[in-house]
Amino acid sequence: MTSVHPLVSCWHMACAYDNALVLQDVNFDIVEGEFVGIVGPSGSGKTTLLRAILRTMKPVHGTITHRDGLRFAYVPQVETVDWNFPVTVMEVITMTRSRSKWWPRTSAVEKKDAERVLEQLGLAGLGSRHIRELSGGQQQRVFIARALFHRPELLVLDEPTSGVDVGTRHEVLHLLSDLHDSGVSIVLTTHDLNGLAAHLPRIVCLNKTIIADGAPADIITPSVLEQTYGAPMEVLIHGGMPVVIDTGMHTNVKPIRGVS
Amino acid sequence: MITSVPYVAHVAASLTEPYEYTFFRNGVVVATIAGALCGLLGVFVVLRGLSYIGHGLSHAVFGGAAASAVLGINYFVGAGLWGIISGVLIGRISRRRIIGADAAIGVVTTASFAVGLALLNRYGQAKRSIEAVLFGSVLGVKTADIVAVAVVSLLVVAVVIVLYRKMLYATFDPDVARVSSVRVEWIELLLMVMLSLTIIVTMRVIGTLLISALLVIPAATSRMMTNSFAKMLWISPILGALAGFLGMNFAYHLDTAASASIILVSAAGFIVMYAIFGFRGRIRIAQLHHV
Repeated sequence: MTSVHPLVSCWHMACAYDNALVLQDVNFDIVEGEFVGIVGPSGSGKTTLLRAILRTMKPVHGTITHRDGLRFAYVPQVETVDWNFPVTVMEVITMTRSRSKWWPRTSAVEKKDAERVLEQLGLAGLGSRHIRELSGGQQQRVFIARALFHRPELLVLDEPTSGVDVGTRHEVLHLLSDLHDSGVSIVLTTHDLNGLAAHLPRIVCLNKTIIADGAPADIITPSVLEQTYGAPMEVLIHGGMPVVIDTGMHTNVKPIRGVS
Repeated sequence: MITSVPYVAHVAASLTEPYEYTFFRNGVVVATIAGALCGLLGVFVVLRGLSYIGHGLSHAVFGGAAASAVLGINYFVGAGLWGIISGVLIGRISRRRIIGADAAIGVVTTASFAVGLALLNRYGQAKRSIEAVLFGSVLGVKTADIVAVAVVSLLVVAVVIVLYRKMLYATFDPDVARVSSVRVEWIELLLMVMLSLTIIVTMRVIGTLLISALLVIPAATSRMMTNSFAKMLWISPILGALAGFLGMNFAYHLDTAASASIILVSAAGFIVMYAIFGFRGRIRIAQLHHV
């Protein structure tokens, strides 16, 4: 049953760095059970909005409220992870449970919990591996596993398909879809309109403020995208899905020699 | 090969000879514990890319040591306060990005070092004091030094055990740790204070100039040997303690400076492991690009 109270609610929220406004007049709710993608150009305030959701940034105007006792977990961009750091998969997952624990050894209950999450994400038996020894998809799943170890109600992901190949992108999309089906609410940022955003039930277009908010069929349109990105874009429908084509690419860019 | 019994007895007597002297026994104890302590904290120093901070902090503490000598204040009180203040200051500066952390730390630490030199030149028995602080002196090790290094070691071990996961989280992934309510700034502050205290209690044996090597080499060596953070926390102190113990003994028998011998043993261990772990180890160490 869906809760009436949103998990997160922004009301005329504005955020700034050193008096420079990055977000203004943002009105936005995330309700339990939702799967939301935030899209927008670089510098549009996507990461700032995530920070506000994660409570690491306070608004300078307006409010952001979280449902009492909301458990959320954050999955950073894989590109920001130090893959050479000496940690095993199990160490990555259990390092997060740092409260009310004064002895560092992993308890039997924690180990069982971690193994359950690893199995859920198809990483069973990889606990003792170093994080660098995994494939791209497995690496992304380790950090989602770490987030799930907290049993979050809201999963927050920053560019989950940034810097990954097409196969890994499909893998991540299916995994997030399965997690959403199992009852986890998800909010993520992405630059990937065709590969990720178009598959989500709700998209929020952001450029300093919210330009549009709704289902992909209503949002992925030339006028909304041009308003968001400031560049002309064409939208085709292929197999019932919107496909965005950057028209600027074939009208303004000189063709590469030898490529027709 | 036939070895005569008198020859073995002679070698054994030669090896145990220095232990007849109290100053040497004290020196070995302090050097071994100091090696383990530096090895333990060195793991955080190396993995957080703080090698230059350890180096700078040891120079900054020199100012405190000189000031306490000139003013007649107890060394541990004077250098301790100076070191903790420098550590906190360096920790704060290193987070600012306006002029670059390395440049700002260079200003603070070299200024502090220069204050120490000027004070000792003007008021102190300059040459002897400066050499003792720069290069360490086994002859000056007293029971108070053993107690100090033991107390700081116990304190650091206790902190690392109790805050193990938070320290690991804050070291590996500070941004996500913050989101998970880990007070990363407090952990960093605590690390700087522990680092300052470690430098203060080990400086009399190792000396200002070489202490940063003991903070870096055992940890960097252990990084080549394992891919696990938890194992590094065991291996690095053992390597540091071995370097301290063997270095002191070599220093006596080869008539070399204790601090130099300790660092050379540590460096030799690094080279041996570098050779043993081959390409894989070289890749791991190359990735610690700040070392």
